[in-house]
Amino acid sequence: MSAPTAPAPTRITAADKMRGAAARFSRSVAPVAGPLATTAKYISLVVACAAAVVPILTIFFAAFKSREEYVTSGPLDLPQNWFNFSNFTRAFTDSDMLAGFVNTMIILVVALAGTILIGTMTAYAVDRFDFRGKKLVMAGFLLATLVPAVTTQVATFQIINGLGLFNTRWAAIVLFMGTDIIAIYIFLQFMRSIPRSLDEAAMLDGANRLTIYARIVFPLLKPAIATVVIIKGIAIYNEFYIPFLYMPSSKLGVISTTLFRFKGPTGSEWEVIAAGTILVIVPTLIAFLLLQRHIYNGLTAGATK
Amino acid sequence: MAVTSPTVATPTEPRKRSATSRPPRQRSGSLTPWLFLVVPLGLLLVFTYLPVANMVWYSFTSWDGLDAVKEGVGFKNYVDIFTRPELFRVFFVSLYYLVGALVQLALALYFATILSFSTRFRNFFKGVIFFPYLLNGVAIGLVFLYFFRPDGTLDALLGVVGLKDTPLWLGDPSIVNYSLAGTSVWRYLGLNFVLFLGAIQAIPDDVYEAADLDGATSWQKFRYIIFPGIKQIVGLSLILAVSGALSVFEIPFIMTSGANGSETFVIQTVDTAFRYSKVGLASAMAVVLLIIVLVISAIQRKFFPDEKGDLV
Repeated sequence: MSAPTAPAPTRITAADKMRGAAARFSRSVAPVAGPLATTAKYISLVVACAAAVVPILTIFFAAFKSREEYVTSGPLDLPQNWFNFSNFTRAFTDSDMLAGFVNTMIILVVALAGTILIGTMTAYAVDRFDFRGKKLVMAGFLLATLVPAVTTQVATFQIINGLGLFNTRWAAIVLFMGTDIIAIYIFLQFMRSIPRSLDEAAMLDGANRLTIYARIVFPLLKPAIATVVIIKGIAIYNEFYIPFLYMPSSKLGVISTTLFRFKGPTGSEWEVIAAGTILVIVPTLIAFLLLQRHIYNGLTAGATK
Repeated sequence: MAVTSPTVATPTEPRKRSATSRPPRQRSGSLTPWLFLVVPLGLLLVFTYLPVANMVWYSFTSWDGLDAVKEGVGFKNYVDIFTRPELFRVFFVSLYYLVGALVQLALALYFATILSFSTRFRNFFKGVIFFPYLLNGVAIGLVFLYFFRPDGTLDALLGVVGLKDTPLWLGDPSIVNYSLAGTSVWRYLGLNFVLFLGAIQAIPDDVYEAADLDGATSWQKFRYIIFPGIKQIVGLSLILAVSGALSVFEIPFIMTSGANGSETFVIQTVDTAFRYSKVGLASAMAVVLLIIVLVISAIQRKFFPDEKGDLV
């Protein structure tokens, strides 16, 4: 601990002395403070986990309770029968959740395919060509990141309506495709790491630009595509406002809107609402457990652009 | 690098490029990039820029969203927003979410820092703290409706420690915004936390080893190594917190529909447009919010200039 110190430097300011004193103090209390700090650290982590889990856990308990049981027991009481799935079947059939999952899947698949095509094409054009107006195009995409989508819905609604897309799945699909700038950035960044010599070689072999895009660049973008699929897939699964505003028809419910509408008529039957909520949470939990690392990496890539 | 004619490339240019070790790019036949860009640009224009332009136009009219004629009213809508207190008041609701967001950033920074040091069950803690961020917004709304309802989870928990006389968490106008802002913190903490943790872990290990050799304390490591390494992402998160607080929508809309004084500016805007059919006034409100968000972003670019410029 007390290694022989070098001869003191010529000038020691008061601030240096203070800092030295602080360091000496914290080193001297370390044997005591260390275990204390470690305990505090683990306590804070356990509290945080409890705060994250308890609200979900109690609704999970409620989902397994029968009507009388729900009325007579408190939220923290465990259900008597863990195999009472009647609330789940009721929630699933009464709210037509199957249709919700199907609609969500259709929108998810089409919008993801579109986003990937559009994003990779844009990134290819911008990274591999020099052309007039390139800076303007990039500025156009950059500026669009600043426009919060929720504010422009007032006017977007008129456009969707004018195009005859209101109350169709296409409304959600084109909006998910047309407003995704983050995906373009992820592709652009990844495209930079693909050596241009590959393009050059193919061009010497007589390949045209479309072939190069389709056969060389696109397959090499797979990791970036995986990132976009995960990030965008979660976002589409969770999106509430776009389907709520543009697809009010009861046949066109997605997961979010189905669950939202289910709450109304079911009123105070919380054990059934709880079951519906759990049904929506379970796919997310499974996706998270399977794709953890990809999700973390994707979010970091998307946020720092 | 100014190009006078798009079709003719001067013969010296490719050589100049190769000097910077970049192979020559195709300049002639400059229609090709536009073929790749026509769909993306079309969608960008139709679904981002056209709505913004239309919105500005509508904001100077008294349009109801259906009428064939859009009657111009000048600045009346804007004057209304700033002179009718019931329209402007909702901005103050954002303050609850702003304070919530600051708490959220502080907590995220704390947990990211302690988990960047060696910790038992680190991945478990990381996963649990992060997971709420992935959840469906409606599911979160219902989870917390159950949490805050009379005799719900929160009341039961408080009952365990002997607090029986609890308020109506979502029914009392003086409390509802705390409850909703708290829900918002619960939902978004995980994102900030994971981003901060990623930035901290991007700092090379040998820096910490050097600090250990010098006998640095945990606080010194945070102050002189971790914090400078994540300044950028903290700055970005701070700005996003401000614009996020101004455009809060989902949680209050799903949980209370804006009742009991929990109405936010965006809820009011969409209600004005789609429930009361005052598209002109709603557009003016949306334009005001857009301008505020743009100003905040400009401030961010001034104080936290990032590497985004190299994308162009």
